[in-house]
Amino acid sequence: MEKVTLKIFRYDPGKDSQPYYQNYIMELEPGITLLNGLNKVRATQDASLAYRMSCGSAICGSCAMKVNGHALLACKTQLCDLAKNGLVQIDPIGNMEVIKDLVVDLEPFWASLRKVRPYLVPDTLDNPELERKQTQKQFLLIDDVTTCILCASCYSDCNVLEVDNEFFGPATLAKAHRFIYDSRDAKAYDRLEQITELYGVWDCTHCGECSTRCPTETKPMARIEEIRQAVMEAEITNNNGARHVLGFRETVSKSGRLNENYLPARSVGFFNIPALLGLLPVGIRMFVKGKNPPLIHKSIEKVKEVKSIFSRLKKYRKIKPQHITKGDINRLDEDSISERKV
Amino acid sequence: MVNCKYALFTGCVAKGAGRELLTATEAVCEKLSIELAEMTDASCCGAGVISEDNPMAADLLNARTFALAEEQGLDIMNICITCQGVHNKTKNKLDNNPEYKAEVNLELKRISGKEYKGVVKIQHFGQVILGDSVLEKMKNMVVRPLTGLKAGAFYGCYATRPHECSDLDNPDSPDEMEKIIEALGATPVDYAARLKCCGFPIIMMNKKNSLALSGNALNSAQNAGADCLITQCPLCHLNLDAYQPEIPGEYNMPIIHIQQLVGLALGLEQNELKMNTHIVNPAGILSQFA
Ligand code: SF4
Ligand code: SF4
Ligand code: FES
Repeated sequence: MEKVTLKIFRYDPGKDSQPYYQNYIMELEPGITLLNGLNKVRATQDASLAYRMSCGSAICGSCAMKVNGHALLACKTQLCDLAKNGLVQIDPIGNMEVIKDLVVDLEPFWASLRKVRPYLVPDTLDNPELERKQTQKQFLLIDDVTTCILCASCYSDCNVLEVDNEFFGPATLAKAHRFIYDSRDAKAYDRLEQITELYGVWDCTHCGECSTRCPTETKPMARIEEIRQAVMEAEITNNNGARHVLGFRETVSKSGRLNENYLPARSVGFFNIPALLGLLPVGIRMFVKGKNPPLIHKSIEKVKEVKSIFSRLKKYRKIKPQHITKGDINRLDEDSISERKV
Repeated sequence: MVNCKYALFTGCVAKGAGRELLTATEAVCEKLSIELAEMTDASCCGAGVISEDNPMAADLLNARTFALAEEQGLDIMNICITCQGVHNKTKNKLDNNPEYKAEVNLELKRISGKEYKGVVKIQHFGQVILGDSVLEKMKNMVVRPLTGLKAGAFYGCYATRPHECSDLDNPDSPDEMEKIIEALGATPVDYAARLKCCGFPIIMMNKKNSLALSGNALNSAQNAGADCLITQCPLCHLNLDAYQPEIPGEYNMPIIHIQQLVGLALGLEQNELKMNTHIVNPAGILSQFA
């Protein structure tokens, strides 16, 4: 039978001065998953190897690891699909500290989730017995996002988290979406306001890693896009992200093309003097090299057609969260809710 | 001679802060007898920003562009990988969802009398170059092999993710750009950040993080011994080149559009390719190829 080498990251901070890789050679039985393979290694070669697992069927979310550089679920992936020239490299998921071997400390991931109140906040708790019904259409808005199994694959590979661990991260933003778009939640507006602040929804670069690694239909980047639509719909525009979108819309709707001289200043805010000064160095550098955008911005030929698109934006808006009203009705005392949840 | 003609979608940056990209593309395509008809009536692709406000408006802009190319009877050539990724996304959405396509077409007809039929093919410059006949021809036309130049390919997010919008054969470990670099006689450098984000999309929202991302890319390429980075997206180019002096750390890493690299090997001069407009001057590392 064909052989495969699992090259596995090993590190026990209590014992090892630094991490190292250990190779395990095993038979590539047809049909086995990477998790089956690891279990076999543990049972027959090395019982000290540490990794997380439970369900074995892509439900519990505990077996995420980096394989050949990208996060995936070990129990959901066929070993034969991973072997490149007979080798599979396995590392712990990224953006978190290693506890031992492939086991990482997930606390930052949980801490981030807690920031967005990952539970339903209804408009009243007066009648806890009451059913809160949803139509199918209402449920469909959150159908995909409720499939998240909290495996942290997205958190592991998120590019922004690599440079800033304060960033909410993809799973947390997806979780926020899950309640913003839930017809039974009464805090949509507050939630939107919270995640338009620093470290929130506008700090995502759209690198696409989260949606690519996500083993479920949650696909965080698509949800982030929907949150941003909700932000625009709710007109929470006192932030760089929303101003950037508005500025983009303004210039494209006027001329059919982006005016790069206008957008940066519009994004940081025309009256934000420090930020405007911050734009100067790059502007000057580009000017000196003759790289600045032309001062006269030319329109496309039939700009009228593009203008008509932008005059009908309201008609095109497809999905909206149910009730994003400013100053949610029946504001509930935070503490009383957490108490009743416990 | 290969007879090929494309509708050139310039995108906004090649008409604005990255005009050298357009100059280089035109010069290289002329050399390779690739005829270009610039789409002067095409609008911005929306860059993934318009869709954050209103996805259907963004799809309409792009459906209109596709319809324009279909009217010309030409396939589209993109020179910005962000435009390419956004176009692919719209095209997937329309082609895989006949009901939605009909709805978009109805509206498109109303505003412009146009219709997106679904026959247009959309390719980035890199894909066109990698087409069988073009690649062979290009190899034969190399008059200035870039021997010894260690070039790191910087793919750009939209080239690889999400996978369903990627044109690469193997988006998690692609080799398309490396093939071009090799064909020109240069040596591709493998480095950890070649598929990472340059940070540009958040430069106005969180400059610190944006430049930290660019810094990671430069650092990774520098440690791997790259002389320069090759980009397919003028936005990556802006963050890595125009912002380089503000990126924390000591870098002097020239950033070169892939069209410029091709042009240089085909015998065009650095000034003809407007390489002198880059903030980080590549003349030093390219002196042996002058
Ligand atoms: S798309 Fe945004 S949230 Fe997702 S991995 Fe990239 S930066 Fe992180
Ligand atoms: S969003 Fe996807 S990748 Fe992220 S934790 Fe949930 S299931 Fe895992
Ligand atoms: S073991 Fe439960 S998801 Fe893999």
